[in-house]
Amino acid sequence: MEILQMEGITLEFGGLRALDSVDLTINAGQIFGIIGPNGAGKTTLFNIITGIYVPVEGTISFRGQDMQGVTAYKAAGLGIGRTFQNIRLFNKLSVIDNVRVGSHAINRSNFISDLLGLPRAWREEKIILARARQLLEMVGLYSKRHEYADNLSYGEQRRLEIARALAMNPALLLLDEPAAGMNSSEKVELMDLIYQIREEFNLTILLVEHDMNLVMQICERIAVLNYGRIIAEGTPDEIKTNEAVISSYLGAQA
Amino acid sequence: MDAILTQYIDAYYLRIIILIGINIILALGLNIITGVTGQLSMGHAGFMSIGAYTAAILTMKFGLPFWMALLAGASLAAFFGFLIGIPTLRLEGDYLAMVTIGFAEIIRVFFLNFEPGGKAVGLYGMPQHTTFTIVWVLVIIVILLNAKLLESRTGRAFYAIRENEIAAQASGINTTRFKVLAFTVGSFLGGLGGGLYAHYMSYIAPQDFAFMKSIEILNMVVLGGMGSIPGTILGTIILTIAPEMLRIVADYRLLFYGALLVILMIFRPNGLLGDIRIYDIRKRWFNRGVN
Repeated sequence: MEILQMEGITLEFGGLRALDSVDLTINAGQIFGIIGPNGAGKTTLFNIITGIYVPVEGTISFRGQDMQGVTAYKAAGLGIGRTFQNIRLFNKLSVIDNVRVGSHAINRSNFISDLLGLPRAWREEKIILARARQLLEMVGLYSKRHEYADNLSYGEQRRLEIARALAMNPALLLLDEPAAGMNSSEKVELMDLIYQIREEFNLTILLVEHDMNLVMQICERIAVLNYGRIIAEGTPDEIKTNEAVISSYLGAQA
Repeated sequence: MDAILTQYIDAYYLRIIILIGINIILALGLNIITGVTGQLSMGHAGFMSIGAYTAAILTMKFGLPFWMALLAGASLAAFFGFLIGIPTLRLEGDYLAMVTIGFAEIIRVFFLNFEPGGKAVGLYGMPQHTTFTIVWVLVIIVILLNAKLLESRTGRAFYAIRENEIAAQASGINTTRFKVLAFTVGSFLGGLGGGLYAHYMSYIAPQDFAFMKSIEILNMVVLGGMGSIPGTILGTIILTIAPEMLRIVADYRLLFYGALLVILMIFRPNGLLGDIRIYDIRKRWFNRGVN
């Protein structure tokens, strides 16, 4: 069953066509990879899915719902979580607070109950806290929960972003270059983490990544973007042998 | 309570203590807008004047009880805070600062021409309802509610907007709504402080709420540490007392005041108490509370 369906997505920046009628269908439960050279439009595609950009043409539906007019914060409410290529954490908040902010969309306490500390606010707080701790344990940051986010190492910050995105219980998780800047042992851990997330949270993962080893190992399906167009889509083996992909991105190799 | 205090404490010191209390309320309001949510507002005196004039007119000309007048003044200021919050949806940083300066100036010029407010002469003869007890009971209530708010879902949304607006949106925070909310709450406190001020000084005039007053309040927040309640309180105490201490150097007062700020900013660029929040203190010193 498809969870995300894009049809004819086109976006222009001035005269530049960043995305050119992109069609993409992602099935629930998949780990789906998007690869392509720099500037191919991968992050732009993420920004469209999460409502940051509005496409000039085309439609997106998420779990059967049309995403037209869905702004960034509403996309989170619908269950689309994401991380950023250039890490965007709340630097001067503690690690655990970063995760607690992540649960904003699924909680309901309002200004009055927060101001007065009404029972319904603190009952909710208890759940938020327990969940934040659980998520931090999962990504291996529990012992650092009181640190400021900007005191974490690069790899830790990436994992914290994942934990924050998971706090909203997303149905679809978008990972924008999750392995960037990680060393090889961190990458192995990251792969395990991604598998674990998919099993435990029963979600769909869409990821952009330049590390071909990681992408080919982890993804069940891959789409290749080049100059805003999808030039190939298929299983990792199909992509590896696809002529167009080899000539434009992977390069001829032994 | 107040009668006893006036017997044992010199009137001059009592006056400073009361002004510290009023300033804490004003500064904590601005702290929510600028320190916590990160929306640079340089027009806090505008909200203060709305609260001051509204409360003064209500007690003097309509004979309303003091607490009702205070509440009305603060609420009207909050309403204007809500209105001024709306442009923040489009503006950031310096541009927002300019709009808030402009807003405060419009308010000041309005009162300069406002017949019931005595125009340039101002209003005088308000009953001195503001006492030590009233001010400090309100200060304690404001601090407690402020602390509660800042460690809640709403408070975290405020901080998140300051830290990274795009990430805040990606976390499901309606940044528009929370920015306007921050302005509304912050200006409510501005109006409350204004009402207390009017009924302590017994005299208010448009020039009391000029640009320098806004800067003075902003200094308190910045000096103490943006977003920190203990910091804002400390900054307020220092900057309320400093001008008094500097009376010794008479004509060079402003020079010293400026130098003090420059030195503090060099050695503590994040403000005296940086990012120390009340619940950090609870956690570190008493090893209890949140996490």
